[in-house]
Amino acid sequence: MNFERIKEKLNILADAAKYDVSCSSSGSKRANKNKGLGDSSGMGICHTYTEDGRCVSLLKILLTNHCIFDCAYCVTRKSNDVKRAAFKVQEVVDLTINFYRRNYIEGLFLSSGIFKNADYTMERLVLVAKKLRLEENFNGYIHLKSIPGASDELMREAGLYADRLSVNIEIPTEQGLKLLAPDKKREDFIKPMRKVKNEIIQYKSEKKLIKSTPIYAPAGQSTQMIIGATGETDAQIMYTSAYFYKEFQMKRVYYSGYIPISHDERLPSIGTDVPMLRENRLYQTDWLLRFYGFSIQELLNKEHPNLETDIDPKLSWALRNLQHFPVDVNHADRRLLARIPGVGMRSVDKIINARRYRKLSWEHLKAIGISMNRAQYFLVCASSQFETKDRTAAQLKSLIMGTSSSKWRGAYNSQLNLFESNANVTVS
Amino acid sequence: MIDQYIYDGTFEGFLTSVFEVYDRKPTRVKIVSERLVTVNFFDEEHTIYTDQAKSDRVWKGIEDKIGKKAGNLIYKAFLSEQSDREQVLLRIIKKGFKGENVTDNFADIDVLRLTNLVKIVGREKHRMDAFIRFRLTKDNVYFAEVEPDFDTLPLNAIHFKNRYSDQKWLIYDRCRNYGIFYDLKTVNYVQLEISNDINSSLAAPFYFTHDEMHYQDLWKNYFKSTNIPSRKNMRLHLQHVPKRYWKYLSEKQP
Ligand code: SF4
Repeated sequence: MNFERIKEKLNILADAAKYDVSCSSSGSKRANKNKGLGDSSGMGICHTYTEDGRCVSLLKILLTNHCIFDCAYCVTRKSNDVKRAAFKVQEVVDLTINFYRRNYIEGLFLSSGIFKNADYTMERLVLVAKKLRLEENFNGYIHLKSIPGASDELMREAGLYADRLSVNIEIPTEQGLKLLAPDKKREDFIKPMRKVKNEIIQYKSEKKLIKSTPIYAPAGQSTQMIIGATGETDAQIMYTSAYFYKEFQMKRVYYSGYIPISHDERLPSIGTDVPMLRENRLYQTDWLLRFYGFSIQELLNKEHPNLETDIDPKLSWALRNLQHFPVDVNHADRRLLARIPGVGMRSVDKIINARRYRKLSWEHLKAIGISMNRAQYFLVCASSQFETKDRTAAQLKSLIMGTSSSKWRGAYNSQLNLFESNANVTVS
Repeated sequence: MIDQYIYDGTFEGFLTSVFEVYDRKPTRVKIVSERLVTVNFFDEEHTIYTDQAKSDRVWKGIEDKIGKKAGNLIYKAFLSEQSDREQVLLRIIKKGFKGENVTDNFADIDVLRLTNLVKIVGREKHRMDAFIRFRLTKDNVYFAEVEPDFDTLPLNAIHFKNRYSDQKWLIYDRCRNYGIFYDLKTVNYVQLEISNDINSSLAAPFYFTHDEMHYQDLWKNYFKSTNIPSRKNMRLHLQHVPKRYWKYLSEKQP
């Protein structure tokens, strides 16, 4: 191996891949078999963290940064004057195996610029995964980025070797996409997604009949949207997202605050701040949709097209819907409990367990770990000291923001604790 | 007057001491590891010799009467090496044998402490799973050194065995001076003399394969190029990767 040359390629092709935020390595069920190498049946592990605080669990690289397209938001775009490089299939295999053996990574995240055409590129990505699985008996995690426009046959093959597949939708609105990526059509993203979804469904139904059906993309599929590049509203983003969750059974949608990388006048200029706070609010909204039983219409709608920056989306919803409060902690159902600001899903479970034994008071709730500075205005429990006053939303908001802890203020100062592998965004 | 039961610091030794407590029925007793013992003129010292049969009987008693889950928690908490562990665990075992719930009764102060010990050990174990960095030696063994806050290697063994079943590996705890070694079949405890110069870059070519240096170098480069300077947040970084672990992280070497 020519290490000098590999090093140069790695620098270029890791640098170009780092803007993809989907880095999770969990959710697969691939266990070590036949005394091979690797295991991805447990939780993903962050082996280190970048200096910006993001989890590093996969070797995330492009196969090449040559590209025939010219998407304005992308460092790899044709018109960008950067150094180009391309890995050979075997080089990626060797790097992955050797990094894995040293316990640097959980597996590989492989994406690519488009060289020649979609299928030619996709074929090579699949080849890497195939070699890892069949020749190296590798059971670590593999995430392949599907190339927009790749054919159904290749997508089928990709899912046989990869744990997760993704196509990045990149721009939340169709107009935005047309403006910034004129070579791409929305249908080019949708087609491979649909194929993967159908394969997963088919796999699940066959699996019931025939035990030996080869596993297909066990960690499902995900996608990513760039935020803040085209002036879209939060509603536009989250409706797109909700659509993807519903239509394609996505495991995750990632939101990536646009990092200005070009002087293109269609885009925010270089030096513009990365919208980290907005990104965090979107993840919180996403969380509410997936785990808290909120519907998208409740959180974002015509009257309320954007999320607030100073308060989290759940509190914001509560303040707009005071008629549902106060919630009686000792009687309310799961769904309502989950809507109390300051009460997370874990606390909901604890409340439901604990109230079987006794009526819960203020003290119990505190012990359970509920953040009372928010919750107190939205619930009643078995404490006489508690009083509900009729307050307006504005009064409540200023009360809560006035008493909230430093963590809260910290967040508003955009000292965000948000990139904990994107998995730990919490709403409570 | 307190009876001090001094044992060798092993889990078996501790279980043997518990056996002796039930056998001799001292009125006031303190179980102390020989490494931590301090002479106290008012206490009576008794040396407890580790006895596998006695230890096994106590362990079986714990699993049968208190439950497998409790046994697991007791073992993990023991690995915490905190100075109050023997006393807490002895009380837990006594309570458990009396039929009290010792796994979820969080109103009990000992159960809370047990839970807390298990939690800190679990977190450190998880960090070791993540932060261990193997280097390939010329003997074809993937070798890693660690200095965990608690004695976690016994808990790490299964994870690494499942993951690296086709390569020989050795993870060595520099603080406690023992390691776990996988020889392609089983994981065994080992003790070795490690030369002092093993981590000097000059001597490295003597111990490690030629490619090893290159892969470390590639990994360091990867770590650098994957960072996004415009999102830099060192506070968060340090929270995730506390400085005390840097010593053995290849990406953090100069
Ligand atoms: S096709 Fe992909 S790699 Fe090529 S310019 Fe567009 S986003 Fe970048």
